[in-house]
Amino acid sequence: MTEFFAQGGYAFYVWGAYGMALLLLALEIVSLVRRQRTILARIGRLVRMRARGGEQ
Amino acid sequence: MQLNWFRFAAPANFYPLAGRLVPIFGVIAAVTVLIGLYWGFFETPDRLGGTNPQKEYYRIIFIHVPAAWLSMWLYVVLAGWCAIGLVFNTRLSYMMANAVAPTGALFTFLALWTGALWGRPSWGTYWDWDPRLTSELILFFLYIGYLALHSAIDDARRADKAAALLALVGLVCVPVIYWSINCPDPNQCAALHQRSSLTQMEPNILSAMLTMTFGLWMYSFASAFARLRGIILEREAESTWVQELVAPASREAIR
Repeated sequence: MTEFFAQGGYAFYVWGAYGMALLLLALEIVSLVRRQRTILARIGRLVRMRARGGEQ
Repeated sequence: MQLNWFRFAAPANFYPLAGRLVPIFGVIAAVTVLIGLYWGFFETPDRLGGTNPQKEYYRIIFIHVPAAWLSMWLYVVLAGWCAIGLVFNTRLSYMMANAVAPTGALFTFLALWTGALWGRPSWGTYWDWDPRLTSELILFFLYIGYLALHSAIDDARRADKAAALLALVGLVCVPVIYWSINCPDPNQCAALHQRSSLTQMEPNILSAMLTMTFGLWMYSFASAFARLRGIILEREAESTWVQELVAPASREAIR
């Protein structure tokens, strides 16, 4: 297992490449999920506010 | 049965379809990427011999090449949707272009980043102003430029058109990247970046690389459709279908 993580002494380069890939893809997924929630909440607030006869 | 494709050109009809497609593409992407990584790390030789000897660091290929291919392919897709938008004036095409761009920029950055980490052990440098590296960097700036120009213009439809024009002009960068390693006479010019020779690759390395490419391509579909849903909601926020979709209960309750 240690041998696998060492990658023949090139761990920094190999895991640096895959680590950045993992980080960026994870960040993109999280930001997409959060953005969708934010947009839905914002439009929801707007609709409820108007339904109560608020600002038009 | 006649399937009417134009039906899905309407954002209201494409929104639920995209919602169904996201998890499908997401699952396919996750499974193929895991297979590709296993294949690439455990079923391939540790060292490469031949004319281009490489040690374990060559395994960066399984993320580097798919990212580089996708960076170019997604730009073609982006420019394609922009062209369709300009010709047919369809709103959804521009939204598609907008949804693809951040993922394309992400893969362009990844291609540069992983290339730098591969370049250091194999060429002795993280960066050089080699034709391929430089043109890929310009592609990254084109993605950023497209996104920046789009967000700088307040009116969405004018932003669509201006940014689409920029994207189409920037399309010249893609063939430049593709042919940037062609150097007919090594005495006249030098390219640091190796030529890609798919036919000479070890079959397991090639298969793992193609599996990763397919997986990340499917990921691009998933992320672009997920982003598209947000863009559709934002742009159609004033339409009845979005308001019904977002808060059907509250509308009924008040009435």
